[in-house]
Amino acid sequence: MDTSVDNGSITRSDTPLRVINSKTPEAIVKTTQRIRRSFRQIRTENVFKRTLVIMGIIMVLLVLGILLTLIVQSLPSIKALGPKYLWGRVWDPVQDIYGAWPFLLGTLLSSFLALLISIPFSIAVAIFLGEYYPKGWLPDLLKNTVELIAAVPSVIYGFWGLAVLVPIVRNMESHIGVEPIGVGIFSSSLILAIMIIPYAASLGRSMIQMVPSPLKEGAYALGATRWEVIRSVILPYTKSGLFAGILLSLGRALGETMAVTMVIGNTSIIPKSIFAPGNTMASVIANEFTEADKSVYLSALIELGLVLFLVTVVINMIGKKIIDRFTNE
Amino acid sequence: MESTIIKSRDFNASFGSNHVVKNVNIDIPRNHVIAVMGPSGCGKTTYLRCINRMHELIPGATSSGEMKINDENIYDMHPIFVRLKIGMVFQRPNPFPNLSIYDNVIAGYKLNGIKLAKADRDRIVEHSLTRVALWKEVKDSLTKKGSFLSGGQQQRLCIARAVAMEPEVLLFDEPTSALDPISTSTVEELFHELKTNYTLIIVTHNMQQAARVSDKTAFFYMGELVEYDETKTMFTNPKDNRTQNYITGRFS
Amino acid sequence: MNIGSVKYRIGKSSGFQILTMVLAFACVVPLLFILFFIIQAGITKINWHFLVNIPKPVGETGGGIANALVGSIIIIVVASVIAVPIGILAGVYLAENRKSRLAYWCRLSVDILQGVPSIVIGIVAYFWLVKPLGGFSALSGSVALAIMMLPIIVRSTEETLKLLPDSLKEAAYALGMPFHRVIFKVIVPVGVSGILSGVMLSIARITGETAPLLFTAFGNPYLSTNVTKPMQSLPLLIFNYATSPYNDWHDLAWGASLILLFWVLFLNIFTKLITRKWKVQL
Repeated sequence: MDTSVDNGSITRSDTPLRVINSKTPEAIVKTTQRIRRSFRQIRTENVFKRTLVIMGIIMVLLVLGILLTLIVQSLPSIKALGPKYLWGRVWDPVQDIYGAWPFLLGTLLSSFLALLISIPFSIAVAIFLGEYYPKGWLPDLLKNTVELIAAVPSVIYGFWGLAVLVPIVRNMESHIGVEPIGVGIFSSSLILAIMIIPYAASLGRSMIQMVPSPLKEGAYALGATRWEVIRSVILPYTKSGLFAGILLSLGRALGETMAVTMVIGNTSIIPKSIFAPGNTMASVIANEFTEADKSVYLSALIELGLVLFLVTVVINMIGKKIIDRFTNE
Repeated sequence: MESTIIKSRDFNASFGSNHVVKNVNIDIPRNHVIAVMGPSGCGKTTYLRCINRMHELIPGATSSGEMKINDENIYDMHPIFVRLKIGMVFQRPNPFPNLSIYDNVIAGYKLNGIKLAKADRDRIVEHSLTRVALWKEVKDSLTKKGSFLSGGQQQRLCIARAVAMEPEVLLFDEPTSALDPISTSTVEELFHELKTNYTLIIVTHNMQQAARVSDKTAFFYMGELVEYDETKTMFTNPKDNRTQNYITGRFS
Repeated sequence: MNIGSVKYRIGKSSGFQILTMVLAFACVVPLLFILFFIIQAGITKINWHFLVNIPKPVGETGGGIANALVGSIIIIVVASVIAVPIGILAGVYLAENRKSRLAYWCRLSVDILQGVPSIVIGIVAYFWLVKPLGGFSALSGSVALAIMMLPIIVRSTEETLKLLPDSLKEAAYALGMPFHRVIFKVIVPVGVSGILSGVMLSIARITGETAPLLFTAFGNPYLSTNVTKPMQSLPLLIFNYATSPYNDWHDLAWGASLILLFWVLFLNIFTKLITRKWKVQL
């Protein structure tokens, strides 16, 4: 940078700085300019502060708006069908019969099955990265790769599931003597299980890393093995955090749409086994929303959306509360 | 005759229900170095931060009473004007980490959106850095980031940044407590230099520093201004028992 | 103590360690499997022709995904234009007002928004824009995606700014800077890497989102640049063509999947690298 200065107008380094501090006419003009400028700044400052508050309000309004829209749009169905809609066992829009039970069951089955499959893996990742190898390039690689699992778009999981996983499942089904359909709740659970691993894993890892080392050292000093320390110190200490991670995974699984829609088979009949095709709340909305020609039909679908919204919100909030309590302790 | 620049009457400040500055009355003369000392938690830093209205940035902070600069009430002015008139240097050097040394010096102009001609900018940078005896050390590395300097250099850079704004008063909040002894003495030498143009108010918990650098000293204890006098008088012949106890090291 | 039992315990401990390792690394297998398969199926489909042409009707071979590429870009740009300023400002609001009542509700709302299933956002966007405007449009898709971007941007902005030391802000205030300049000239530039990584991650996330577009942007077999009309996008194209019974269309979907997957992975990895490199030393 060019820092050459006009030597005539400045004072030497050993004399006090008079040029700037003495009020020459030039300096006074500059000061007035500065003050005028500052008044403008003050006005902008107030506008800016108000803008920030408005942004905060927008966030709240957005969520209230979502909730309100869902409620208002579900009203026709709530009025026409009442609460028994939720446990109605038949969904037949042609006959104007709407029962949500097949979808509730499909959602619960696929999500919990997915959870069951994914838990051993996500906990293993959490323990491996949190306790066994918290540092180094290999754990780093594993951590980043597991995080990438969450980054892959669900439509790609769905497509891959349809092209690769479903034939494998079909093959397996014919071996164990179930009707070999391939698509169905089991396939979607497998896909979901892969997709939700990162959520519980990364949360579990940070929870396990927060275990105070004196606690672990106390156990080691008594002659406990690594596994005994994990089982009797780390897991009990982090169990609420791990549980919260599993809840967040569940929240993901419940709301997941595309991958499930592509491999679950899309039938609105109550699934007879975990290998049967079915529908989840999200997948039936995705499939039938644009086809719903009757107002009660559309409204019934939105009511499903409302249920889905409320359930995921409650699950996520419980998870967040547990995490907050855990991290504050 | 010396004129008063900062005047407070019955000045109080609190954090929520915690009353930390109580009924302070003080007249600060122009072009002097004033040391504010006292044990930690005595309210000296809070009082300092009230002078340029930094105190109110903390949520729950309140203040009352009169605080004037040149007979104009600071609390009737907009804080921006107050802070343009009263510069501040903090306990830990805090140059802007994203700016070069050059830009750090004129940060007050640059970041306030005040346009300056290049020649003016260069002049201000050289002057300000010269004032804080940093010019010779950094003139060849003005484009480097401020965070590459040593702690003492960073602190002088922060003083240069405040000086560049041509304030009338400079506040120092324990400016040397994060510095090594050599850097400390460099900064202390500056105070004497700077008082020809500015009024300096220095909060310190270090009595020797107060005695070395200041013309007048204010002693705060439990939020009250216990004694305020010529530094010499204060250290040789304190009027109040509590001051006596403090300077003889009976409590700290 | 019995040596045998100690040996048994040590053996058990090592056994569990190995089991943990095996399970942990097993998680990577599906991802590698997917990557491998999609590269294998998609790489042969991608060429210049594929990128600059629109899909051919059923029965004709060839054709490309130009309409989906252009559509995705337009929809994402519009969504970002909506979400980035609102998200950053709301993040600034939360970082600056940690204890106010509105901040509490705002934070709660952002938390809720983060967990809302994407299909629900699609429904809502349908009623907010598609119905009032009288038809499916790219704009309504952008709004739906913008809503999905918001929580990520708000959170990353808030977290980044919260970590900056107060001394930085004090330095700026002490120079007489007004609040908005403290934010835009000091706080945001210093925290830019964190904020930028939030923005990029949010873009990565919405690029692959399909569900909110089903009832908003809807899809379009032709090239369209009109945001008030239906528009194709990569994930929509993949969904529609992957679930179709035609092999030619499957081929298009594989090619599109490869492009989408690599774009998303690239954004994610690039963000990680950039965050590390741009981090300002405090």
